Order: sequence, then C-alpha cells, then structure tokens
Amino acid sequence: MKLSKVKELLDAEILCCDGALDCEVMNACGSDMMSDVLAYVKDQSILLTGLMNPQVVRTAQMMDMKCIVFVRGKKPNEAVLSLAEENGIMVMTTEYRLYTACGLLFSNGLYCEGVDKV
Amino acid sequence: MEPIVLNYQVDGEDFSTAGEASSAVKKALKQLGFSPDVIRRVAIAMYEGEINMVIHADGGEATAEISQEEIRIILADRGPGIKDIDLAMQEGYSTAPEEVRNLGFGAGMGLPNIKKYSDELKIESTPGVGTTLRILIRT
Ligand SMILES: Nc1ncnc2c1ncn2[C@@H]1O[C@H](COP(=O)(O)OP(=O)(O)OP(=O)(O)O)[C@@H](O)[C@H]1O
Ligand SMILES: [Mg+2]
Repeated sequence: MKLSKVKELLDAEILCCDGALDCEVMNACGSDMMSDVLAYVKDQSILLTGLMNPQVVRTAQMMDMKCIVFVRGKKPNEAVLSLAEENGIMVMTTEYRLYTACGLLFSNGLYCEGVDKV
Repeated sequence: MEPIVLNYQVDGEDFSTAGEASSAVKKALKQLGFSPDVIRRVAIAMYEGEINMVIHADGGEATAEISQEEIRIILADRGPGIKDIDLAMQEGYSTAPEEVRNLGFGAGMGLPNIKKYSDELKIESTPGVGTTLRILIRT
C-alpha cells in the first residue's frame, strides 16, 4: 500500500516529509510502548501511536520505519518533527483512535500473509 | 579497513536526547557500507542499552569499536548497578517507575532484546558502583 493511500484511509494530515507519499509499505504496528515495538516488531514500516516524545522517532529510526502516525488528533512539537525530518521519516496525524486507525489499515489490506503471533 | 572507535557521552538528565549516540553509530555504519541486517541489530541493541543508561543510571559513556568482522559496543555507567543480573535478564522484569512507563519504556524487554540481537553480551555490574555492558555483533 502506498503512504498516500494510508493518508487517505486515515483522513490524515501530513506534518513532515510529504515526499514519501509514493513510498510502498507492507505492514504496520500500533503501540504506545516503545519497549514492545523494539522487542516484537519485524519489518513493519508504519508506527501508529498515541505517545508523543522524541523517543518515538528514535524507535522508528532504529527499526528503519518509514512513517509515524499520531492518533487521536495529536500533534507533536517542533523538536519531534525536526528529528523526524532529519531522519526522513514521514509524520501524519489522524483524528481516529489507535484501535480504529489500525483496523482501517488492516481491513483495507495492510497486513502480511501468515501468522503474526510472537 | 582500519578499526574505527567512536565515543559518546550520554546525558542522563535529558530523556529527549537519549538515542543520539545510537543514531550516530547507525549513520556511521551505513556510511561504511555494512549490511542493513547488521546495522539494525547494532542500532536496536545499542539503543536499548543507551536508554537503560538514561532511565536507570543517570547517563554514562558509549563506545563503538568498528572493524570489518565485528562491532563492539561498550556502555559504561556509574549508576546504581544491577543486584541480580539473572533476574534483570528475564523478560518482563523491570524496576522502571510509573513515569518511565508513561514515556513508553519499562516493559522489562531491553536486556533480553539486546541478547537476542547480539552474538555476545557481557554484563559487569556492582551495586553502588555502576554497570558496563559489552555487546558484540559479528558482521
Ligand atoms: N544500566 C543500568 N543500571 C542499573 N540498572 C539497570 C541498568 N540496565 C538495566 N537495569 C535494571 O535491569 C532491569 C531490566 O532492564 P531491561 O532493559 O530489560 O528493562 P527495562 O529497561 O526496565 O524496560 P524496557 O527495556 O522494556 O524499556 C531494569 O528495570 C533495571 O532494574
Ligand atoms: Mg531497558
């Protein structure tokens, strides 16, 4: 799925790095616990979260993710955005809650075939 | 390739800058042309260790020794130390306070995750003196 489609499905606003809209992604993950993202995530390229601090961007960067979606209409501060910009990670914000945002992406085909159990 | 040594002070006061050392090492490895798999393993292991130094130990010193065959990460702090290392290595064991959990950390997954991504992990720790992690990743 293209990031432009993700934006459309989530009715999201882009906050930085809109040059990545054409980028293809295969999977996503949703979590407010960066510890769990670091421990369990494998090759997901979108992080959906309600957490709002620079470590969200750092975590995404370490995991080679392409896009962060802040849920519940949250907008990060300048420091978070400039860190994302510096690392070429696209940032969006959506009014949907985490559960709904993940569900919208999943039900529209953003998931990998096979078992996703840890 | 001549071995390269990179050294960083990790600030324990400022949670927002945590990860700068790991980020710098990740960028250096990319520039040196290491494979994405090696880069990611180093990045995750070092970042977990760096975050631990900030949230549990008031910061410390991070060193990366990079050669063609292997990458060594040394994270040394003068924090409170770890009393029971076997216990700390267990998934889910964490002494992180509520405010750390609110920042998205403190699930007790960091040390097991470092072990998972590294080829060797050595932890030396003395209560009241500090902790040193030695992480080895073969390329
Ligand atoms: N550098 C350190 N100094 C002192 N204690 C530490 C240090 N690193 C880890 N510990 C202790 O070991 C425990 C387990 O560490 P680990 O990284 O596995 O989990 P965590 O940091 O609590 O949570 P997470 O890593 O999932 O965010 C910590 O809660 C802490 O008690
Ligand atoms: Mg940890």
